Amino acid sequence: MNVYLIAMDSWYIVEKLILIGALIGLSFFIAMYTTLAERKIAGWMQDRLGPNRAGPFGIFQPLADGGKLFFKEEITPVSSNRFLFLLGPALAMIVALITSTVIPWGAAYVGETRTVALQVADVDMGILIVFGIVSVGVYGIMIGGWASNNKFSLIAAIRGASQMVSYELPMGLSLIAVLFMTGSLKMSAMVEYQMQHGWNVLYQPLGFLIFFVCALAECNRTPFDLPEAENELNFGYHQEYSSMKLGFYLFAEYINMFVSSAVMATLFFGGYDIPFFDESAWQGSALVLSTLTFAVMMAKVSFFLFLFIWIRWTIPRFRYDQLMNLGWKKLIPLALINMLISAALLLFLNK
Amino acid sequence: MSIVQILFWVLAAMALFSALMVITSKNPVYSVLWLIVTFFAISGHYILLNAQFLAVVNIIVYAGAIMVLFLFVIMLMNARQEGAGGSKRWITLAGTVSGGIFLLVLVAALKDSELKTRTAMVMDGQVGLIKVLGNELFTRYVVPFEISSILFLSAMVGAVVIGKKE
Repeated sequence: MNVYLIAMDSWYIVEKLILIGALIGLSFFIAMYTTLAERKIAGWMQDRLGPNRAGPFGIFQPLADGGKLFFKEEITPVSSNRFLFLLGPALAMIVALITSTVIPWGAAYVGETRTVALQVADVDMGILIVFGIVSVGVYGIMIGGWASNNKFSLIAAIRGASQMVSYELPMGLSLIAVLFMTGSLKMSAMVEYQMQHGWNVLYQPLGFLIFFVCALAECNRTPFDLPEAENELNFGYHQEYSSMKLGFYLFAEYINMFVSSAVMATLFFGGYDIPFFDESAWQGSALVLSTLTFAVMMAKVSFFLFLFIWIRWTIPRFRYDQLMNLGWKKLIPLALINMLISAALLLFLNK
Repeated sequence: MSIVQILFWVLAAMALFSALMVITSKNPVYSVLWLIVTFFAISGHYILLNAQFLAVVNIIVYAGAIMVLFLFVIMLMNARQEGAGGSKRWITLAGTVSGGIFLLVLVAALKDSELKTRTAMVMDGQVGLIKVLGNELFTRYVVPFEISSILFLSAMVGAVVIGKKE
């Protein structure tokens, strides 16, 4: 957004480009290994081993899966709309990757000559940009499902879209209560606030719960994975997809999980803040601090990813009317009450 | 040309082209998708004017929510691929005449207005930033703001009442 800044110094561009490349690589890497983690944890919960053939403990399994997807035959249905059929998975992937730009991944590296922030864009609108991109994310599913020219895909696409639009509302409302406290939409300012005043989850437990449930619904994860309910819709919106186009849809889901975990960690769990430790009192090298904070952030993200997987293998899928009732009749009023109580308390305490 | 100018021309061309595609596409689904591109181009213009909040809200509300509902209706109705309008000659005629009259009114209204003397403040205005905007909305413009929110609430209640058969 800061258009003039770009012209100022060319190192700035190089630094940001490296950061963007690293973030895309990281997203893919995490998404790959989340698929393995999912299968391993599923195996563990169901008292079996899970994949263990490719490499020690099966750590090359994601590569084998990816290779298989790449080399499978790619089929485009004759009656489908070719351009939109291609646009669907592309859009799902692009949107999933963009969101990570506004999240701070670690404490800024303060060198002798320059400071390097571990964040691509620290914009004023921070969290609202995440919401904007998430709200556009619906189109990947909708366009893909419609272009397949298949009734099951269309129903799944419409289900997915209405689910995502419905759950955006309580998500935004639960966020407002957090914004009352931090007083800024900037992601970095939010993390700094939590470093000084304690994590937001301590003050907003209900808000976090609502946000988490909505994040599950936005990522189409169980118990809200109605768009891919195989017992009623065969395979959902990606039924006609094969090869890497299908791979992009599946991958986008895991990247969405990763990014929403990072957003939740940043909003409610202090972001890259190391618990019980004052970062400003750090005496050692700045590089070590940046690495440490990044590791802490990753630990928080991994915890949320585990939570996502844990829930998937514990709770069965909802019925569609249950999903809509929960969203509109329970979560929205709850989020509204939470917002009003937080506002009243803050006003009372500030006086 | 500065980078802002380049961005402005690119965004302006994008907005005009996609807006033209909205009305010339035969397939209504394509029209909706082009309209989303138009909204993105307009959001880009808002950012150039430093109205960041407006830009993001434009995307969240229009591109993210309202167009989804448009797409819903079009997909569910399975509107005919070839445009239904244009087949009758008098519809084309009526459209041309009313469009021409509208253009005439627009030109007449803008010709002597004070708009010509005012230029947009690129990258300079502070009104679009969320802190300033919030302050203005809740102090100076609080009455219109609240009235419009009540209007939205009544529209919502009305929709629910109409939607409920019993």
